[in-house]
Amino acid sequence: MSEPTTRTAVRPTASGWLQAWLPRLVLAPSVAVSLFFVYGFMFWTFVLSLTSSRMLPSYDFVGFGQYTRLMANERWWIASTNLMLFGVLFIVICLVIGALLAILLDQKIRQEGALRTIYLYPMALSFIVTGVVWKWLLNPQLGIQAMVQSWGFESFRFDWIVDPDMAIYTLVIAAVWQASGFVMALFLAGLRGIDDSIVKAAQLDGASLPRIYWRVVMPCLRPVVFSAVMILAHIAIKSFDLVVALTGGGPGYATDLPATFMYTHAFNRAQIGLGSASAMLMLGGVLAILIPYLYSELRSRKHG
Amino acid sequence: MANVIRRQTPAARLLRAVLYGVLIVAGLFYILPMVVMLMTSIKPLSEISAGTLLSLPQNPTLEPWTKAWGEACTGMRCEGVGGYFWNSFAMVIPAVLISTTVGALNGYALTKWRFKGSELVFALMLFGCFIPFQVVLLPMAQTLGWLGLSSSRAGLILVHVVFGIAFTTLFFRNFYVGIPNELVSAAKLDGAGFFRIFWRILLPVSAPIIVVSVIWQFTQIWNDFLFGVAFSAHNTQPVTVALNNLVNTSTGVREYNVDMAAAMIAALPTLVVYVLAGKYFVRGLTAGSVKG
Repeated sequence: MSEPTTRTAVRPTASGWLQAWLPRLVLAPSVAVSLFFVYGFMFWTFVLSLTSSRMLPSYDFVGFGQYTRLMANERWWIASTNLMLFGVLFIVICLVIGALLAILLDQKIRQEGALRTIYLYPMALSFIVTGVVWKWLLNPQLGIQAMVQSWGFESFRFDWIVDPDMAIYTLVIAAVWQASGFVMALFLAGLRGIDDSIVKAAQLDGASLPRIYWRVVMPCLRPVVFSAVMILAHIAIKSFDLVVALTGGGPGYATDLPATFMYTHAFNRAQIGLGSASAMLMLGGVLAILIPYLYSELRSRKHG
Repeated sequence: MANVIRRQTPAARLLRAVLYGVLIVAGLFYILPMVVMLMTSIKPLSEISAGTLLSLPQNPTLEPWTKAWGEACTGMRCEGVGGYFWNSFAMVIPAVLISTTVGALNGYALTKWRFKGSELVFALMLFGCFIPFQVVLLPMAQTLGWLGLSSSRAGLILVHVVFGIAFTTLFFRNFYVGIPNELVSAAKLDGAGFFRIFWRILLPVSAPIIVVSVIWQFTQIWNDFLFGVAFSAHNTQPVTVALNNLVNTSTGVREYNVDMAAAMIAALPTLVVYVLAGKYFVRGLTAGSVKG
């Protein structure tokens, strides 16, 4: 990988030696930090997950007992199923809205810049702010439900946030509101990078517009879809603050996600062993998405 | 990919009207929550219970804002979110400066002074961008305790620097890869050293990526909640944690106008950054997805 032009000739002098090693010395603290705080901590959490730690870490090993307990824990299953449901809906809806808005914005729209700014700004907000705002909008007594009822639709119901079966969808709404503009920006950048002549050729062949987008443009955007899915999946797995601010995991624990499950058990319920086991499974989930992605990235880089 | 829908026939003109209609409705979906938040934050409580989300404020008042800033209860204390707002700044500024500086030097060393294994070093560090932070929380809490940094500002800054370096290194590394090596090689032949070359050749062209890195780190750290709630105490708590406490403190009447004002206060710094430097903000967001 290294190019001969950038390699320094190592001279046998002290300053030459220093110059040759300086780059490594500059990188050393970061490497050390990352070995300790990332890899070391991951291993440490793994070790904790094999112990019976409760209030404080103890090193009394119980094998994979905590994982068995986790598998038997109803609340963990609810949290995991919630993540699947939330993750899939969040990703799919963001992709659909993002792609649609990008295609529509790419039709020589006046005020495109202003619209883009409006679509994207929620991404700059904290999930806590997003949660607080949507909690207000979804409040059955004073929010959207009350507003529509005051317009004369007395029987209108939109009380998902207090309904254990529907509350998980309020997380989807708020998360889509926050992130779909970002997906739009990704798609728009992708569209702008497509060679016009491919589309012109398809037009000359008499292909209809939807057909052109589906058959010609979308395949070109595959890498964009891939990266977007990657980033969105990552946001979904890490979702913690949004749940805390919007539903607090409730009603009951109907909207718990693995991230809130881990935090509650490790920090509030004195179940450090169990919390660590759940953190390791979250890491496993991330790796399951990341490894195929990196693999295909590396492969395409070798070919291209 | 533009101008596929052409303006010619009446049908095409109708299509265009529909197009603008859809775009504007989408715009309302994104903008209305912010409008409602702002309007609610300047309404007296009586207007909130009498009107609806979209009814305009009849007697606008800044009282909810002053209350949110200086008097509202966040848990046991009733001092508003103002102090926490400054806590956030005191945490964000050093964390952003340190992580950006370290990232710049790392990116420079990884691209212009390649050595055997430098790609591996990069891959090793990059992994830090992807881990779910739950997996480091418990060891971090214990380590901060050993270092005597539990609940301290220095401890929070350390956490944000440690987990920010992966991102800043990625930004600078991908940027410096695109800077031609010839200048650097020539300077090396002239006997210029590591820092001299960085200072004279790389730094002067780094303005765009510095802006990207600073904005990314600023919004990430300002908006962080997980580290803030896990590793801070009253005098170091960031504003996101205070906002969450304020909204969940149940003493007497729920003051939605104060909640919204506090949310606006917590949101303003990153919104200002976004409005002033939106272009760079988008670049930071997409940097992770762009191949390096």
